[in-house]
Amino acid sequence: MATEIVAIAERAILEPCGLIPQDIEKVVARLAGSDIDDADVYLQSSHYESWSLEDGIVKEGSYGIEQGAGLRAVSGEKTGFAYSDELALPVLLEAAGNARSIARGGQAGRIAVSGVQPVPRLYAPVDPLASLPAEAKIDLLRSLDAEARRADPRVEQVFVSLSGGYSSVLIFGLDGAMHGDVRPLVRLNVSVIVEAGGRREQGSAGGGGRTDYGFFFERDRALGYAREAVRQALVNLEAGDAPAGTMTVVLGPGWPGILLHEAIGHGLEGDFNRKGTSAFSGRVGERVASPLCTVVDDGTLPNRRGSLSIDDEGTPTRRTVLIEDGILKGYMQDRLNARLMGAAPTGNGRRESYQCLPMPRMTNTYMLPGEHAPEEIIASVAKGLYARNFGGGQVDITSGKFVFSASEAYLIEGGRITRPVRGATLIGNGPDVLTRVSMVGNDLELDPGVGTCGKDGQSVPVGVGQPTLKIDGLTVGGTRV
Amino acid sequence: MSDTRTELERLESLTRLCLEEAARQGASAAEVACSADQGLSLTVRLGAVETIEHHRSQGVGITVYYGQRKGSASTTDLSERALTDTVGAACRIARYGAEDPCAGLPEAELLAKDIPDLDLYHPWTLDAEQGIELALACENAARGHSDAITNSEGASLNAFEGVRVLGNSLGFLHGYASSRHSLSCSVIGERDGNMQRDDWWTVARDPAELESAEAVGRKAAERTVRRLGARGLSTRQCPVLFAADVASSLIGHLIAAIRGGNLYRKSSFLLDALGQRIFPEFVHIHERPHLLRGLGSAPYDAEGVATRDRDLVRDGVLESYVLSTYSARKLGLQTTGNAGGVHNLIVAPGQEDCDTLIRRMGTGLIVTELLGQGVNIVTGDYSRGAAGYWVENGEIRFPVEEITIAGNLRDMFGHVVAIGNDVDLRGNIRTGSILIESMTVAGD
Repeated sequence: MATEIVAIAERAILEPCGLIPQDIEKVVARLAGSDIDDADVYLQSSHYESWSLEDGIVKEGSYGIEQGAGLRAVSGEKTGFAYSDELALPVLLEAAGNARSIARGGQAGRIAVSGVQPVPRLYAPVDPLASLPAEAKIDLLRSLDAEARRADPRVEQVFVSLSGGYSSVLIFGLDGAMHGDVRPLVRLNVSVIVEAGGRREQGSAGGGGRTDYGFFFERDRALGYAREAVRQALVNLEAGDAPAGTMTVVLGPGWPGILLHEAIGHGLEGDFNRKGTSAFSGRVGERVASPLCTVVDDGTLPNRRGSLSIDDEGTPTRRTVLIEDGILKGYMQDRLNARLMGAAPTGNGRRESYQCLPMPRMTNTYMLPGEHAPEEIIASVAKGLYARNFGGGQVDITSGKFVFSASEAYLIEGGRITRPVRGATLIGNGPDVLTRVSMVGNDLELDPGVGTCGKDGQSVPVGVGQPTLKIDGLTVGGTRV
Repeated sequence: MSDTRTELERLESLTRLCLEEAARQGASAAEVACSADQGLSLTVRLGAVETIEHHRSQGVGITVYYGQRKGSASTTDLSERALTDTVGAACRIARYGAEDPCAGLPEAELLAKDIPDLDLYHPWTLDAEQGIELALACENAARGHSDAITNSEGASLNAFEGVRVLGNSLGFLHGYASSRHSLSCSVIGERDGNMQRDDWWTVARDPAELESAEAVGRKAAERTVRRLGARGLSTRQCPVLFAADVASSLIGHLIAAIRGGNLYRKSSFLLDALGQRIFPEFVHIHERPHLLRGLGSAPYDAEGVATRDRDLVRDGVLESYVLSTYSARKLGLQTTGNAGGVHNLIVAPGQEDCDTLIRRMGTGLIVTELLGQGVNIVTGDYSRGAAGYWVENGEIRFPVEEITIAGNLRDMFGHVVAIGNDVDLRGNIRTGSILIESMTVAGD
């Protein structure tokens, strides 16, 4: 617990602009009023960088600064919002006036900052950009290029990208509370093109988290990404046509947990359920998965990409049980939807930046482990597909139909993994796909820290995870009938 | 923006300041892009206001070169101190970058000289109250259309305008104002406990060219209602007709495959396809960057290179790639004025309307929605989630969902049977419906 984090955020955001917390009180007071149910001022100051390598040289680097304030006033189900790139009191007061024009009632009096709220410390307030000299960042990229090329002579092209960001936020609410957070985030990715006999395939791997660049040097993690990218590309070089049709599918552990994110996660976000537009609306207490399945959303895992000490409305994140032993338990909420549904906020109110309104979003969504060894699960399948790695996915919340696309997959024949097959999209129905889970592995893994979720045009970093899962019947979109 | 002239002058002077600062810090060349935008977005749902958002943002992006070494930086803070720091950050990065013989500004003679007025700026002078009325009219038209419409995601209105300035150390300094407005509606229908959602939207540079609020609402409702009762389909191979609004995604994949960046990285299934027949002979694709009020129109590209009309595909043969200065140099070619993307890509329409194409298909699948990103540009492998309608003997039989369609883009392009005249004008890629001879449909 530390109020020191808030002090760091204050120094990063307010001080350079000559502002003090009492100035922001005036802005909150401008937002407040007799018919205003909720209001906040979200201040952000971020800087980020990226470096990329191709053709064996680091040819691109960029640096960016993003700062501003988002101001929101909520009256009933109505939200007024304005933002400013300029952190100056007159500009913020004008923006507050615009945001509160949503409501007609008179304005309230003063708001006093009642106290700095302590912040759980899930990650250190370290600036990744400053954690490594530029020369060392470039050396890291070059070493991965060398490692990928060393791994196999069929490697034709290597692309490496490294990015880091450091974001300070301050949130002032109607209740006078002042919340702050300081959020580092790093990401490294290696992708390769391999070529043999006129055929070209790609592979990619990466990871990251809320920490500094030192993460990539622990246990040769970065070199591991290079080797993994090459391994995947070489597997695809041998891949035959994927099957088409409904069959038993075994999903590997870790990143294939994108299944949970798409199939059930989005459908359990509070906004869709308040509006009754989700295929899961009104189904709390009903069976939506086999008794083997318990799924949680947990924003409190230290240093994970999807974690936050507090969400973007100042609510501490927590572990929310979404499905317990197959029964739907609850939704993920931000303040607005929680209030309108008579529920408690769950720390899932997130926004891409001060330029966007917060809404219910996932953090780290994963399934708890079961009791089967992964080998046992494979051995139980006479004929099916084993999908080990995935690209992205998408869901239609209302119909419940979701897809996710395998980038590394194999046929299972007679209880054994036999041949690799080309990538294919898998499609299913969210509310019933988990009812067909017949075996859950004991090998829970979280993804390596690569996920980004898009909703209404806003991107936020997220995590997923799961143990090996067997699903009795999922449609595989290959070409071979 | 009450006064675009003043705003242009403000951004031009910021651009000059950054270029001078880059030179002062020792850069041998530089490019600066400045923008300022403002807008109003609002949403109504179930007859009441849900959100009103006031947008006002600005930003500067700076690229500097030290000989053949490059660095970039950007900021949303346009104070003089922040701009100086941002130029400094770009310069520091450039010093660490490697020498790249292809790096640098475009050839001076390719930069746009006469800047055509493309009539892109039509501010929408409406206040929040008027916007709310329009959005309400739109949603009401949808909800009143059919009893099967049981819920709504609302109607949204967006009115945006902005000014963009681009300058470089070769003396290029130009800017222009543009606007973009849209109205959309998304409603939900229910039958037998199953819900379906669909939407419709209209977008234009000039608000006078938007479809009426009532038409947008009605189409959203019609599209939702016709999806009710959707069922699966068994696995099969059959012809597939991509409705015009999803057919543009196929052309988007073509663009990705002939983009310079993917070509020099050998990350495309169309490597060395220049001059080859990749579509049947009746397929022609043109780029028309100077269409008045066009959504993709631009007098010059993201580097200041003059844009011009050209053919990408003529008689089915690939005539040109999509190149920026850098990717062109990597390939030993000249830029095509496509830094930042294509500008109004037009697939020449055929003679038949969509109903005629459905009859011509006979038995097969109409795809009206695609899900997911299952497209591999390196190999051309294509596998995406889909929803649409099953057609038998030239007539729509029932809506379908929870299926995938799969094939390889190279085969799909080579087996285009027909292109409709039902062109969707709402985007940067304009095409009618596209009928493909055969794909694999996977289902239950």
